[in-house]
Amino acid sequence: MNWITNFVRPKIKAFMGKTDIPENLWHKCPSCEQMLFAKDLEENLHICRHCGHHKRLSGKQRLETLLDKGSVSRFSLPKVPLDPLKFKDSKKYIDRLKDAKQKTGGEDALIIAEGKINELPVIVAIFDFDFMGGSMGPAVGEGFIFAARLAKQRKTPFICVSSSGGARMQEGILSLMQMARTTAAICELKEENIPYIVLLADPTTGGVSASLAMLGDIAISEPRAEICFTGARVIQETIRGTLPEGFQRAEYLLDHGMIDLIVSRHELKNEISKILRILFHK
Amino acid sequence: MTILLDFEEPIKALETKILELKTLDSGSNMNITSEITKLEAKCQAQLVSIYSNLTPWQKVQIARHPERPQFLDYIKELVTDFTPLSGDRVFGEDPAIIGGLGVFRGIPCMIMGHQKGTDMESRKHHSFGMAKPEGYRKAVRLMDLADRFSLPIITLVDTAGAYPGIEAEERGQAEAIARSIQKCLEVSVPFISVIIGEGGSGGAIALAVANKVFMLENSVYSVISPEGCASILWKSRNNAKEAATALKLSAQDLFDLKIIDAIIKEPLGGAHRSKISTISFVGDEIEKNLRTLMKQNGETLLKTRREKFYQMGSL
Repeated sequence: MNWITNFVRPKIKAFMGKTDIPENLWHKCPSCEQMLFAKDLEENLHICRHCGHHKRLSGKQRLETLLDKGSVSRFSLPKVPLDPLKFKDSKKYIDRLKDAKQKTGGEDALIIAEGKINELPVIVAIFDFDFMGGSMGPAVGEGFIFAARLAKQRKTPFICVSSSGGARMQEGILSLMQMARTTAAICELKEENIPYIVLLADPTTGGVSASLAMLGDIAISEPRAEICFTGARVIQETIRGTLPEGFQRAEYLLDHGMIDLIVSRHELKNEISKILRILFHK
Repeated sequence: MTILLDFEEPIKALETKILELKTLDSGSNMNITSEITKLEAKCQAQLVSIYSNLTPWQKVQIARHPERPQFLDYIKELVTDFTPLSGDRVFGEDPAIIGGLGVFRGIPCMIMGHQKGTDMESRKHHSFGMAKPEGYRKAVRLMDLADRFSLPIITLVDTAGAYPGIEAEERGQAEAIARSIQKCLEVSVPFISVIIGEGGSGGAIALAVANKVFMLENSVYSVISPEGCASILWKSRNNAKEAATALKLSAQDLFDLKIIDAIIKEPLGGAHRSKISTISFVGDEIEKNLRTLMKQNGETLLKTRREKFYQMGSL
């Protein structure tokens, strides 16, 4: 107790105003456990400077990092019936949906937009893993179809960034049907020779990998991204054995001939625009 | 005697009693004969009451009944000159999906489906109807063949899901399923699918993107197994019953949701109690629809198939 604590500090505080200290100033890299300054991490496209770990991006972050600044214009998702199954587990599905909307500020687990990648116009459909694990239900399916059809109409390349736990259980069979519906839209693109490029981002699993994500003309992934049909935990429980090193990582899929290339996030835009230029004889 | 499911217990005592009396009776004792008739009527009434109020979970159990007719039973009853075709020409042959050429009620066609197996040995051979990538790639090859030779495609779906294992992942399970769905949406021939038992997620839809999709009354079709759903959302497989209800996986649910075109009735007590009539009901529904579809040209068939799926679940 002295004049500094009683008098000077409050004065200084009053003079400086309320200090807003952001909560997530520092991030711990999940791979090498080094502490990373948030702003630094963001500037480096959410890649760890120490070990090169590619941090999972939210849909919004992906949109910002993939498309040229100032080129983006978003579309809202087409309307679909709300909670057609009236699904309820420990919590009502409509409440889970509300929470997810609030948390992410998104409409559902997909962002659709038009924009440019190194000056080349593209239509994108980007999964948002933060929205209920990027799960695909009717809203995502409908959004994907809308975007694909727009690409077809405008003869613009269609880019999908998948990041999803699979089909959304809470919309039951209607979610399963999205596998067929989105595939039908891809068939239309193929028939018109509209390039369909998929970036299989971490993680791409289940019904999403077994439909739209594995049907790209070009399949790209990022280092160490998880890509699979059945999750490792389920396989482990079924076989009760050990899984191979690096199982279901992007490198494993590349080795097994399931994807075309693994690209660092720094090179992603250049790689995609290079491919598009060649496909279009530019 | 058929294998009884837990909820069929009430008829167990009756069936045992009937069997007992039948072994006693040489046919001359009127008392015993009339007693048997009475018990049989009671048994029948009991079956009616059980089967008219089935819960979704009970339907799951019936759909998985080991004595339920399987793909090869249907082939035996409905298809002549069946010529199974093997292999994906890339890696191997997967007996979890059987497919081939055949003549269905006078119509040359391509017919394929999952086979679960009937005893321990055959179940292992068919890996319980859970296909690996080579199974789906074989399906793609056969659909292609059917398309080139203008043969209608019939698929009978009965799988818990695609095989979950290291080798399946290694060889691209996701890609194989995706290509199979794609192929279903590219062929220009009449295409009919029937869910005859379990329609388990991606492993099922890979063969079921058809012009007409039917379900047997007690079959189920779902995005995830009730057990899988329960373990994720309820954190325990013990909540499978609740999950089965919440998932809306019965034929009636799917019909109400406009996912399937019709429900094929099963005889009283389920398909496993009357295999032959079940199979002929399925045959009738397929034949009726196939003959209508065969009047349409390829372009229409392809367009309407896609349109049918685009319509699903939208406003």
